[in-house]
Amino acid sequence: MTHDKAPVLCLSGISKSFPGVRALSDVQLELHAGEVTALIGENGAGKSTIVKVLTGIYQPDAGTITVDGAEMRFDTADAAARAGVTAIHQETVLFDELSVAENIFLGHAPRGRFGLIDRKGMEAEARALLHRIGADLDPRLALKELGIASKHLVAIARALSIDARVVIMDEPTAALSHKEIHELYELVERLKAEGKAILFISHKFDEIFRIADRYTVFRDGQFIGAGRMKDVTETQLVQMMVGRSVDQIFPKRAHNIGAPVLTVSGYSHPTEFEDVGFTLHRGEILGFYGLVGAGRSEVMQALFGITRPSKGACRIGEDVAVIRSTADAIGRGIVYVPEDRGRQGAVKGLPIFQNVTLPSLGRISRGGFLRMAEEFKLARDYTQRLDLRAASLDQDVGLLSGGNQQKVVIAKWLATKPRVIILDEPTKGIDIGSKAAVHEFMAELAAEGLAVIMVSSEIPEILGMSDRVIVMREGRIAAELTGSEMTPERLVRAAAGIEKAA
Amino acid sequence: MTEISAAPRVIPDRLTSPLARALRSWEALLVVVAVAVFAINSFASPYFLNAWNLSDATFNFTEKAMIAFAMAMLIIAGEIDLSVASIIALASTAMGIAMTAGFDTPALVAVGIGTGVLCGALNGVFVARLGLPSIVVTIGTMSLFRGISTIVLGDEAFTNYPDSFAWFGQGYVWWVFSFELVLFAVLAVVFFVLLHRTNFGRSVYAIGNNPTAALFSGIRVNRVRFILFLLTGLMSGIAAVCLTSRLGSTRPSIATGMELEVVTMVVLGGVNILGGSGRIMGVVLAAIIMGLVTFGFGLLNVPGIVMSIFLGLLLISVIAVPRLLAKVRK
Repeated sequence: MTHDKAPVLCLSGISKSFPGVRALSDVQLELHAGEVTALIGENGAGKSTIVKVLTGIYQPDAGTITVDGAEMRFDTADAAARAGVTAIHQETVLFDELSVAENIFLGHAPRGRFGLIDRKGMEAEARALLHRIGADLDPRLALKELGIASKHLVAIARALSIDARVVIMDEPTAALSHKEIHELYELVERLKAEGKAILFISHKFDEIFRIADRYTVFRDGQFIGAGRMKDVTETQLVQMMVGRSVDQIFPKRAHNIGAPVLTVSGYSHPTEFEDVGFTLHRGEILGFYGLVGAGRSEVMQALFGITRPSKGACRIGEDVAVIRSTADAIGRGIVYVPEDRGRQGAVKGLPIFQNVTLPSLGRISRGGFLRMAEEFKLARDYTQRLDLRAASLDQDVGLLSGGNQQKVVIAKWLATKPRVIILDEPTKGIDIGSKAAVHEFMAELAAEGLAVIMVSSEIPEILGMSDRVIVMREGRIAAELTGSEMTPERLVRAAAGIEKAA
Repeated sequence: MTEISAAPRVIPDRLTSPLARALRSWEALLVVVAVAVFAINSFASPYFLNAWNLSDATFNFTEKAMIAFAMAMLIIAGEIDLSVASIIALASTAMGIAMTAGFDTPALVAVGIGTGVLCGALNGVFVARLGLPSIVVTIGTMSLFRGISTIVLGDEAFTNYPDSFAWFGQGYVWWVFSFELVLFAVLAVVFFVLLHRTNFGRSVYAIGNNPTAALFSGIRVNRVRFILFLLTGLMSGIAAVCLTSRLGSTRPSIATGMELEVVTMVVLGGVNILGGSGRIMGVVLAAIIMGLVTFGFGLLNVPGIVMSIFLGLLLISVIAVPRLLAKVRK
């Protein structure tokens, strides 16, 4: 190949904003027939957003999509499908209760007499398609009877059935075993041979080097670079992913790290994590880094009494603590600010003051009876400390912006006077001003002697705020980094499982 | 981009005063409806404005309202109990058996209330322990409890309740104020305090709005749910005592269809059927409105079926009118 063919699909100048967040900013992406393009970037780099733009779920604010040189608009998922773009998602979007054949042909089933579905024909075609990709599944089986790997095959057969020209594979190997991954590679080769353009999204470098012909790197919603895999090294890719100008200033303060507050040892869970142990000290900010699905939130939720570990012990100060419920954890002084703010954090529908006092009802009541004056006082104190912006304390918390909702959730936990506060992605999806306020506050808490755990997928935040970083990978602790070891490269390598470079 | 403000920003506790809020509330609308129904009844029938007749009218709603208070809390928490009328049937049957076995009034009351609590506990175990959806569980126990009662009773009926037992449904505490009416008033206050002034009541609202976040806030969600079913069973048991005492008998048809009247009362009272909001005051007003309408129609010799048509229309219009008005304004 001396001369590049024109790309099948070309995105240029694509921008997309959500309230408070600029998800994509003037990005470009080219996909070529018969080639695999790897899309690389950290969590939050805009990979999922671009997939949603490509499949017609999001409409970009600006930019053009061209297919074979003709400009197109993907206003609906159907429009994208008709243009020949199909996606195989992380969690495959198929229908458990329908049969394999029905899943493959949903929306474009072969019709027989009277416009009814030609079931026999559909099943025969499904069988032929499955055979083509080397999967001999019975098309009449219900999808729920299949394993994850077979479901992927069905999704791929579906992609072939609509004669897709562009196949998007969004972390297709995340849930697969070693052998299944190998089979997937073969399948990708076969799709390449058929001339499909493939967009392959993965965090795993070994996979990318194994399967991809080209790469495109995004960072913070921006296009960083693209090229051929053979012209690039792992180190260069990592640098493109993380290397950035330090444009955020983190308010880390000089503070003393004191005695151990929380000692966790051998925490295990049948499916989510294994043998996790660490010690957290007074006045310390301990960062937890890892890829999505590395088990960080699951460990934190076990510490908070949501799920129960199958093995392991936890000590608070000198005492052995048994945490069976969230009420136990709160009683022991462990509190958790969840990642999923809307579902697990704020109780929308209740006013701000009631949200703040919810875990502290015992303190503002006497004999089980609420004391309104005390309640408002507590809410006022803590919302002021966090510099909350709201019209009044009896405003519905659901009417606040994401950043202010987060402040309410943090205020709620501080009001319980905790010893350990766990913040799970505390600044995800909130505007830059609130972000800085949350960082400021975290530093202040540590300086006051609270022990802070911060789970974050944002490298600058982890490096800027933490005294020490634990990196998790596939449910285990992959590395513990302190001082000068805390570099973006070290974090990414540990999280992705890349052997240490010289 | 951090803003460094010298003085902490002060957020007012409330923007609208509680009085202003009350005037624009659902309850205010219900008061208007209640006054209107009262006025229409006064013009329509010369017998309406009579202390004793009005006192009689209260029997139309007191028993249902007792259950409605507990049901309101259950619905606010995002659950429902459709077995309440069947609990009455079973509790009443249990009292009949106890009476036949020679027990006297205090024991009969204990049996009635105890049966109610047990039935509530059974619902609670299914929902809070096993995590089954309450609508399915209580449709099941609705048939179960009613079925047991019907098998025991057959075509028969328990009558011959002791004279002292009649006081709960037929006795008067003072002048025109019946025992049931006084009990209704006392329970209204008790449930008002429980829902609006205690930690428990606050947990109910939190669970109804977002059970996951409530759990993440340290609330023992399933314990609260269990207690609510127990409470609904308890109130059904008390209602069974009152109703059996007032009728002086237990027949297979006792309290048939009452669960829907109770739910109607709760929804008319402004409780969101999807959970999360509602107040006891609204349920009190809804009970009074439903009682007045039933009584007014009774005085005018309107057949029962017309009454239920009217109540259905009232329910739909009271809920639809504010939404329609909001749409028209837009």
